[in-house]
Amino acid sequence: MLVALSLVLITGYFRESDNGPLHGVQGVTASVLRPFQIGAERVARPFQDGYDWLAGFFHAKSENEALRNQLQALRQQAIQNLTASQENRELRAALKFRSGPMYPSGYDQVAAEVISYGANEFQQELVISAGRGAGIRLNDPVTDSQGFLVGHISKTTSKTSEVSLLTDGDFSVAGRDAYTGTYGLVSHGQGAGETLILDLVPKDKVVKESDLIVTAGRRSARLPSLYPRNIAIGVVTSVGQTDVDIHQAVQIAPLADFSSLNVLLVLVPKDR
Amino acid sequence: MPSDVLKAAVVFFVVVVLQAAIVSSVQPGGGTADLVLITLTAVALLRGAVFGALAGFYAGFLLDAAQLETLGLSSLLLTLAGYWIGRYGETTGRDRAHAPLLAIAVVTLLFALGSLAMHYVLGDPVSARAGLVGALPTAIVLNLLLTIPVYALCRRIFTPPGARPAMEVELGTN
Repeated sequence: MLVALSLVLITGYFRESDNGPLHGVQGVTASVLRPFQIGAERVARPFQDGYDWLAGFFHAKSENEALRNQLQALRQQAIQNLTASQENRELRAALKFRSGPMYPSGYDQVAAEVISYGANEFQQELVISAGRGAGIRLNDPVTDSQGFLVGHISKTTSKTSEVSLLTDGDFSVAGRDAYTGTYGLVSHGQGAGETLILDLVPKDKVVKESDLIVTAGRRSARLPSLYPRNIAIGVVTSVGQTDVDIHQAVQIAPLADFSSLNVLLVLVPKDR
Repeated sequence: MPSDVLKAAVVFFVVVVLQAAIVSSVQPGGGTADLVLITLTAVALLRGAVFGALAGFYAGFLLDAAQLETLGLSSLLLTLAGYWIGRYGETTGRDRAHAPLLAIAVVTLLFALGSLAMHYVLGDPVSARAGLVGALPTAIVLNLLLTIPVYALCRRIFTPPGARPAMEVELGTN
C-alpha cells in the first residue's frame, strides 16, 4: 500500500503544475522544516569551517605560490583594464549608447543561506532560505558571494527556493570568451566532477587555455538568455579538436567552489 | 508500540534535518554518508518489516520536502529498503552481530541503483559513472563507519520487544 501511495505521489507531483496541491503540501512541510534546518546549519557552521580550514591547509603552500603569480598578472591586466574602461565610458557618451540591464547594476541581490544540500550525486540541487516572498521567481540567476555563476532557481515556495547547479545535467547557459569574444554553450560534461564544457564552438574561432568564460547575455529577441551579460562562469582548462567533430572540445573549470556554498545571491531584476 | 511510533517520528525528523542541512554538505572523497538510510536500517532491524516500511515512507516524505525533490521518490525507495531490511532482521539476520553492517552495505548499493533508475525514469539526465563509480564506494565506507554508533543509539531508544533484563524469580512449590 505504501509503495502504491509513493507511486501515486510521484505521478501526481510529476504531472501537476507548480501551483498544484502536492507542491503546496511540499511547500508547507518545507516551511515547517526550514527553521530547524537553519538552526542545525548554524550550529554546525563552526565545525564545517574547521573542516574546510583543515582541508585547505594541506594545499596552502602550493596555492600561495600560484596565487602570487596570478596576482602579478592580474595587476598588469587591471592597469590595462582601467585605461580601456575610461575609453569605453567616453565612447559610450560620445555615441549616446543605450545598453540593456547590466550586471550587477541592473539587479538587486537577494542573499540567502543554503539550508539543504543534495542527498547524493544524482541531486545537483540546493535549497536556500528565501522564496517568492523575497521577490525570487523561477529561472532567476544565482551566484555565490564572490559573484561567480552557480546556477538558477528551479523551484520556489513562499519561503524557500531550489537552486539547480551548473553541474546539473539539465543546465546550460550561453557563454562567451571574455578575451576573444567567441560564443558557445556551457553545460556540464558527462563525466564525474565539476568540469564544464563550452560546446558549439566552431573550429575557426579562437579559445585559449586560461581564458575567462562569462555569460553571453541576451543575443536573441525571440529567445533571450535568462542570464545577464558578464557573470563569470569559469576558466578554460583545455582546448582540443578532432577530425570528425565539427566543433572544438573546450573544457572549463568553474570558478564557484561547489563544495563550500553557504550563502548564495539571487539576482532579481530591478525593473521587475 | 504507540510510544515507538512517536519516538520514530521524532528521531526521523531530527535525522532528516541533520542529513539535509549538515551531512550532505560533507563529502570526503567525493561521497557522502546517508544518515537517514543508516537510521532506517537500525530501526527496521530492531522493529521489523512493517515498522521499517512505515518509517521509510515517513522519512522519505520529509526528505523530499526538505530538499524540494519529486515528492514520493525517496518515500518509494526508503519504504522498500525499510521493508527488506526488516524482513532480513526477522529471518536470516536475527541475532547476528554482523547483520547491521551487512544490511547497510547491501542497501546502500541497492538504494543507489534504485535512485539512478528512478531518475532515469523521471527523465533527469544523471551520470551513472559519477553516482556509482565516483561516489558509491566512499558512501558505503562512510555508512559502514556510522552504522555501529547509530545502531547502538537506536538500540537504546527502541528496545527490542522481549528483551527485558534478566531477573531472579521464585518458583512456587504447590
